[in-house]
Amino acid sequence: MTLPMEPAVRDIDVERERENLKRAWSSPGGIWGWLSVTTHHAIGMRYIVTAFIFLLAGGVEAFLMRLQLSRPDNTFLSPDKYNQLFTMHGTTMMFLFAVPVMEGMGVYLVPLMLGTRNVAFPRLNAFGYYMYLAGGIFLYWGLFSNSGPDAGWFAYTPLSGPMYSAGKRVDVWAQMITFTEISAMCVAAELIATILKMRAPGMSLNRIPLFCWSMLVQSWMVLFAMPAVMIASTVFLLNDRTIGTHFVNPAEGGDPLLYQHVFWFFGHPEVYIIFIPALGMISSIVDTDTRRAIFGYPAMVLSVVATAFIGFGLWVHHMFATGLPQIGEAYFTAASMMIGITSGVQIFCWIVTIWTGRVRWSAAMHFVLGFFFIFVAGGLTGIILAAIPLDLQVHDTFFVVAHFHYVLIGGALFPLFGGFHHWFPKFTGRMIDERIGKVTFWLLFVGFNLTFFPMHLLGLYGMTRRIYTYGSEMGWDHGNALATAGASIIAVGGILFIINVFVSRKSGALAGANPLDSGTLEWATTSPPEPFNFVLLPVATSRYPLWTLPKERLAVTGVRSDRREVLVTTVMDAEPRHRYPLPHSSIWPFISALLIAIALTGSVFAFGWYYIGFIVAAIGLIGWFWPWRRREARS
Amino acid sequence: MIRRAALIPAIAALALLSGCGAKVQSAMDPAGPEAGRIAGLMWFFIILVSVIFVVVMACVLYALFRGPRGIEQEPLERTHAPSTATEEKLTRNVTAATVATVVILFGLLVASVVTGRAISSLGTAKNGITVEVTGNQWWWYVRYPNDIAQWTVVTANEIHIPVGRPVQIRGTSNDVIHSFWVPNLNGKIDLIPSRVTERWIQADRPGRFRGQCAEFCGLQHAHMALWVIADPPDKFQAWMNAQLQAPQPPGDPELQRGQQVFLNHACVYCHTIGGTSAMASVGPDLTHFGSRSTIAAGTLPNTKGNLGGWITDPQNVKPGNHMAVVDIKADELQPLIDYLESLK
Repeated sequence: MTLPMEPAVRDIDVERERENLKRAWSSPGGIWGWLSVTTHHAIGMRYIVTAFIFLLAGGVEAFLMRLQLSRPDNTFLSPDKYNQLFTMHGTTMMFLFAVPVMEGMGVYLVPLMLGTRNVAFPRLNAFGYYMYLAGGIFLYWGLFSNSGPDAGWFAYTPLSGPMYSAGKRVDVWAQMITFTEISAMCVAAELIATILKMRAPGMSLNRIPLFCWSMLVQSWMVLFAMPAVMIASTVFLLNDRTIGTHFVNPAEGGDPLLYQHVFWFFGHPEVYIIFIPALGMISSIVDTDTRRAIFGYPAMVLSVVATAFIGFGLWVHHMFATGLPQIGEAYFTAASMMIGITSGVQIFCWIVTIWTGRVRWSAAMHFVLGFFFIFVAGGLTGIILAAIPLDLQVHDTFFVVAHFHYVLIGGALFPLFGGFHHWFPKFTGRMIDERIGKVTFWLLFVGFNLTFFPMHLLGLYGMTRRIYTYGSEMGWDHGNALATAGASIIAVGGILFIINVFVSRKSGALAGANPLDSGTLEWATTSPPEPFNFVLLPVATSRYPLWTLPKERLAVTGVRSDRREVLVTTVMDAEPRHRYPLPHSSIWPFISALLIAIALTGSVFAFGWYYIGFIVAAIGLIGWFWPWRRREARS
Repeated sequence: MIRRAALIPAIAALALLSGCGAKVQSAMDPAGPEAGRIAGLMWFFIILVSVIFVVVMACVLYALFRGPRGIEQEPLERTHAPSTATEEKLTRNVTAATVATVVILFGLLVASVVTGRAISSLGTAKNGITVEVTGNQWWWYVRYPNDIAQWTVVTANEIHIPVGRPVQIRGTSNDVIHSFWVPNLNGKIDLIPSRVTERWIQADRPGRFRGQCAEFCGLQHAHMALWVIADPPDKFQAWMNAQLQAPQPPGDPELQRGQQVFLNHACVYCHTIGGTSAMASVGPDLTHFGSRSTIAAGTLPNTKGNLGGWITDPQNVKPGNHMAVVDIKADELQPLIDYLESLK
């Protein structure tokens, strides 16, 4: 069988290549084999599925909070439960859903889009996933054993310090950060290496699909931002709590504002770490569903890169109310507003792409249009928040809650849902039900605006954040009742989405390799892709290799098919440099992650676990890098 | 038609915003020069961003529903991109839109910085007074400092200010970070332990303005409110004089009994009542408790019934707060309430 997309190659027995590749990329069966898998689709899909489960958990937490706030003086939740829920909601959505799901999409799609067989460091990839999973289980184990963190997802000191948050709750939060940050750093490192060194020959920097550009930029941001939160949560907070270091304890001369600076130096880039991959997804949907190349490719790339740079220079706008000197604050206002320029350029480019394209009204395209509506509104309220006098009024009110849900749900969740509908045929081999997809969109869109629009007004009317109840005399009843009603509509949309995914996965129409006639390389292989992605590695002759005529398509020959081998190319022009054997599947990433997870969990309870941690981590890594004699080498 | 449809939500938003008369605390109902300037700037921003929103949405809808003019001759199935001439036209449009964005944002930046400067210059007026506010879990310690120690007034959860005079709030915290925010008068300022921060407020009309802690501070963050009461200067002075007066020992035997109940119970470990042996500063100063309008930091109106409920079971209304349950016998409660309410 030859795929329609594959070029006709003479002198090569394609069927024999396929058989060789199948053998080389096969993984052992059973649970052992399942835990040993290192192919990027398997790991990427595990990220995506796990993240969606956490999205469901975070959504349930949000819905419980909405029930509590639906009417004044409600006693549905105690303040203690409410504080745990909003902390869990924020933590889950930021650390266990939004970042991992974007990484999962990247891990799944980037090697396919680049025309290679796997990520650069497959075992690190598997290790990162298990660390993330362990962190998520650890946090929820905390919640269900009445140790759910309750100091907010930002855990400001001294409230989160040993004086005012006794018990293990905040320790669980801070250590969970360690897990997820290790995971994020693993993905960032391997995606950077993959995108810079493993592109298909011919895919020079100006031909990289925009989604891969956004994953590259996001990964660099992760490398610079995540160490900051590990300093804040692990070095400052956890050490203050467990061994009395007093970094940020004002009672002993520490500085609570230092914590805020370091946390937000991570915290603001974090928003772009979530949002930038979503921009790439929009570009992928828009080019396919308007039948034309995205307008202004260089402007799009430069905007994303500029967003990443500026994103590191505006953390102080989270701290305008702390009384910093005015001259510095004006700088941060200007920097915050500059994001409006880089986002604006991208929005304009998409609009003119649609303007001169042929729109296909797919479910994915609906989500993109929802993105325009919601994200532009959220971006514009962001301009309001950048102005210091206005921020001082609406900071820490429901206006901010409305704003960041508009930018995060509009700017990341809607594109993600669009992308999920768009790539569903590639993930599963079957088409997703478009009609139900559109109904899902309308439910989410209407429900979202009903939930979050009234919050702008509640904020202006003085409703502060993170309050578990309010009096009826405050005049906040109607806005809150409306928001809770909207949340129910969102819940219905979410349930419909889950049903659609399961039904379509089982009984959707067969998709074939490229059902949407897209132009990028992930559509050049079977749906779902085989473990080795491509029988013959493709060559990129343009930005949209599949939109060139079949006879112009080229393939790479000379890469060994009897072992896990990929082609390494140059950074700028993607000229082939050498062949690079990737490691085989291995159980050791799982064992290492498990041992380190046990040590990190233990160190929350007793200092001695730090020593044990060094030893067991060493055991895991020795096993990992031990030159085991491989089966395929013998055969 | 499309444009009109897009305008509806914007108009609805503005209509909802302007109908804000009856709100207890609102940034859009300013009562002083600081809040007034902010509200003006807020309206400017809201109207401008609403217009931008409508224009962008109109562009999206136009892009979607216009016929594919100008590119019929160029079948996208083959080239997947319009002609160079079309692309150049698009480049000009995108460039123009980007330039417009830069210009608008620069204008907004200038408006924001100018307003910020104007607001901070209000605080330099010479006839200002200073009020120290210290955040506590979950109440506000309020002090009117004076060079002469006897003229210093200490109260809690209520700030009286004279109309028309700038008031400097000097804030700090005894425990975790809180944030002082009275939306009708000015933006918020965090109260940070080990630091002193300041914000100027001023009321141009008499009234009662509610404020609320705006930085998450633990279990009872929701019940940490305060009232700012702006009075004409003579009325403010009268209040100040009353606060400065040392309370007289109660003459009424029933009130004397109430005072004994207070002094013989654990109340004295946390509270101060001037002129008695109760001099602790863990909880609010009760010297002029009867003159305050609320109890438990704005949680309940200060009535005898509410006070009785609060003393008997403080964890019921405000679960998690630091007020201890004091074992007061049934026949002691009424004298205690009467005594506390007599402290005007």
